[in-house]
Amino acid sequence: MTESQYVLEARGIIKIFGGHIALDAIDFGLRAGEVHALLGENGAGKSTLIKILTGAYQPDGGAVLVDGEPVTLDNPLHAQTHGIGTVYQEVNLLPNRSVAENLYLGHQPTRFGLVDHRQMEADARVLLTRYGLTLDPGSELGSHSVAVQQIVAIARAVALSGKVLILDEPTASLDRNEVERLFEVIGELKRSGLAIIFITHFLDQVFAIADRVTVLRNGQLVETQMLDALSRTDVVRLMLGKDIAFNGSTDLEPESAHREVLLEFSGYGRKGTVSPFDLTIHKGEVIGVAGLLGSGRTELARIMFGADPADQGTLRIEGASEAIRHTTDAIGHRFGFCPEDRKAEGIFGDLSVRENIVIALQGKLGWFRALNRDEQLEIAGKFSESMDIRAASLDMPIKLLSGGNQQKAILSRWLATDPAFLILDEPTRGIDVGAHAEIVRTINRLRDDGMAMLVISSELDEVVAYSSRIVVMRDREMVAELHGKNINPGIIVQAIANHPDEAVS
Amino acid sequence: MKRSLRPLAATAVIFFIAYALSVLQFPNMLSTRVLGNFLTDNAFLGITAVGMTFVIISGGIDLSVGAVIGFTGVLIAVLVSWLGFHPLAAFAIALGVAGLFGAAMGVTIHYLQVPSFIVTLAGMFLARGGASIITQDSVPIRHEFYDTLGDLMIRLPGGGRMSFIGMLMIVVFLGGALLAHRTKFGSYVYALGGNPVSASLMGVPVAQTTVQIYMLSSMLAALAGIVFSLYTSAGYPLAAVGVELDAISAVVIGGTLLTGGYGFVLGTFVGVMLLGLVQTYIIFDGTLSSWWTKIVIGVLLFMFIVLQRVIFAASAPAEKSPEKA
Repeated sequence: MTESQYVLEARGIIKIFGGHIALDAIDFGLRAGEVHALLGENGAGKSTLIKILTGAYQPDGGAVLVDGEPVTLDNPLHAQTHGIGTVYQEVNLLPNRSVAENLYLGHQPTRFGLVDHRQMEADARVLLTRYGLTLDPGSELGSHSVAVQQIVAIARAVALSGKVLILDEPTASLDRNEVERLFEVIGELKRSGLAIIFITHFLDQVFAIADRVTVLRNGQLVETQMLDALSRTDVVRLMLGKDIAFNGSTDLEPESAHREVLLEFSGYGRKGTVSPFDLTIHKGEVIGVAGLLGSGRTELARIMFGADPADQGTLRIEGASEAIRHTTDAIGHRFGFCPEDRKAEGIFGDLSVRENIVIALQGKLGWFRALNRDEQLEIAGKFSESMDIRAASLDMPIKLLSGGNQQKAILSRWLATDPAFLILDEPTRGIDVGAHAEIVRTINRLRDDGMAMLVISSELDEVVAYSSRIVVMRDREMVAELHGKNINPGIIVQAIANHPDEAVS
Repeated sequence: MKRSLRPLAATAVIFFIAYALSVLQFPNMLSTRVLGNFLTDNAFLGITAVGMTFVIISGGIDLSVGAVIGFTGVLIAVLVSWLGFHPLAAFAIALGVAGLFGAAMGVTIHYLQVPSFIVTLAGMFLARGGASIITQDSVPIRHEFYDTLGDLMIRLPGGGRMSFIGMLMIVVFLGGALLAHRTKFGSYVYALGGNPVSASLMGVPVAQTTVQIYMLSSMLAALAGIVFSLYTSAGYPLAAVGVELDAISAVVIGGTLLTGGYGFVLGTFVGVMLLGLVQTYIIFDGTLSSWWTKIVIGVLLFMFIVLQRVIFAASAPAEKSPEKA
């Protein structure tokens, strides 16, 4: 291989944290005009490698080369001067400032030493039209959608660096249309000769946009390949080092009438959020909830859990009429809820893994019966083992764990309270394939143990794999309930799309 | 209208309504004499509030400014009256000392990651204590330069006077507005208030900017101390106790968000004027206890905090969870 072939190259990169080898002699090369997907499970070393390429970390061995020349990147700003720009999952811009200022902060055009707002906004307008955005550059960035902010972030990174663009899970919080829009922008940049590193958990997106793929596993380089030569299964196998298969159809026994009824919602709903719905949930049953973003799936879960209490309808729990006005009522009835926005609503980032696991149980016990440290450790230890939570120590802050391990910890938190009914909102979003499989296994296990669950997921294959029934949400309304052989992705899509005044193809 | 402008507009409207009502009751309040005194009496508060505006926009707070005013007054009085320095030299020394003081606080806040509230609280005790160590008493300042500055004024039509310190305050406000809205430093201040992590990733020199912000605040407080010593012709270690809170009130009433990121220097001017108006009204009325000033300020402050909350909560776009939109 010739050196000049690559715009950005990592050669034999080694990174050691404490005694742990995070990256073991990784070689990575990026060509101009390609989209290069970087894949790997959590803990595979993706983010460590990216941090080295952007100068956030210094390698312990090996070299980073830009255009064949070895460079030392002190920090992300220094990397920028070498033409390397990064866009992160969470938009790292300033929502309180104008779009134009976000594009040019630190590089504003000046006249007589003062910032020339007019010039800046004119420049911004020109720049943004190249990305297909026609908006007022003087408007506050925070007033635009995440997708637009993401494109602004890309525009800034490209304008300031212009050689290499690193996209670190840029699509995690976007819906399908927004992703497509973003992909158009990425495609355009690729054609203009930019080298792009694309990191994501969504294999579909990798196949939609990437040219080559590099797979890391446990800090080792597994493979760098042209994507044409690979199938989806190949990629998953490379990432996991083994075959996992999600079979397309459910093999659950058909729902039977003799199961005990746990919950009966009738005419349950909340004005302005979810139209009244009827739903009966039996013990040992997983209800999958399918629907597009914004269809009212999360709202449904929040109403059930009392986070936004219902204002109409009735609920019977094991035959007795009950009201759930607050989340504490729900917990009292042995409900559990793993919310969608894990970082904001799920974890207590600065508390330890142990504290995060025992907190719901402690909340249930009340303030008078405090669990002592040994009891906490025992409970946390039990769950971290059964759920395979990979943390160096149970006393480390949970925010340092990967998304998948955080999710397992939150799941453990509720399992510790011995729930009768568990609501999982997007339990597998943004986590790696291994943790994903672990969570799906846990759902299956809990169902077999007789727990009732409501699982919201955007991934139809996944919903199909574990649900005994599926309800479909559309426009904040429960529009369909699917049983038995109707549980397959095709029919769900049809139910989601089946608008009364539109023909189904 | 941009939502960040709304609190400012509300303040301006309230100011004009309140002023109109006061004038209806006391027609004398509409005179250049009253307006001139407005500026003179609030000059030190206004100058302090400009610095405070920068600090609050950056997401911090500076509790030390009142103490810095007191310390500066004592320092100048001692230098001029006891040690025979020329006032200009004393001013330069005071500004230099305050600059170092602010820089030290900024360095502590940035490098030790201590909340500004705590650091400037410590600064407040240091400055106030330092002033009291130098002298416990009020030290009069007698110097012809002080008389010169005192006589320096523009006579306004209608018998009013625009004093030197009133003009100085206006200059500081104009300079502050220019600094906040038209310089890179200004945009960095807003960036820090918006999101310090993003700011540093976007290349804002966070350390440098933080230090500069607290230097600016302390030096403007020292300038306010100079103005206060011109106003009272004395230095007293217990002068300007609680002015930091008045300054914060003026900033918030002027439409700056206490959590940082949004605000206007000229809004602070309206805030200071509104506080001045309340005091003037109470003087005109003559029967009301001066403590009513505090009550009115309290009510205004509360109203503005609620108003900002409502405006920003009502128009907040669904940033984090498009699904819940």
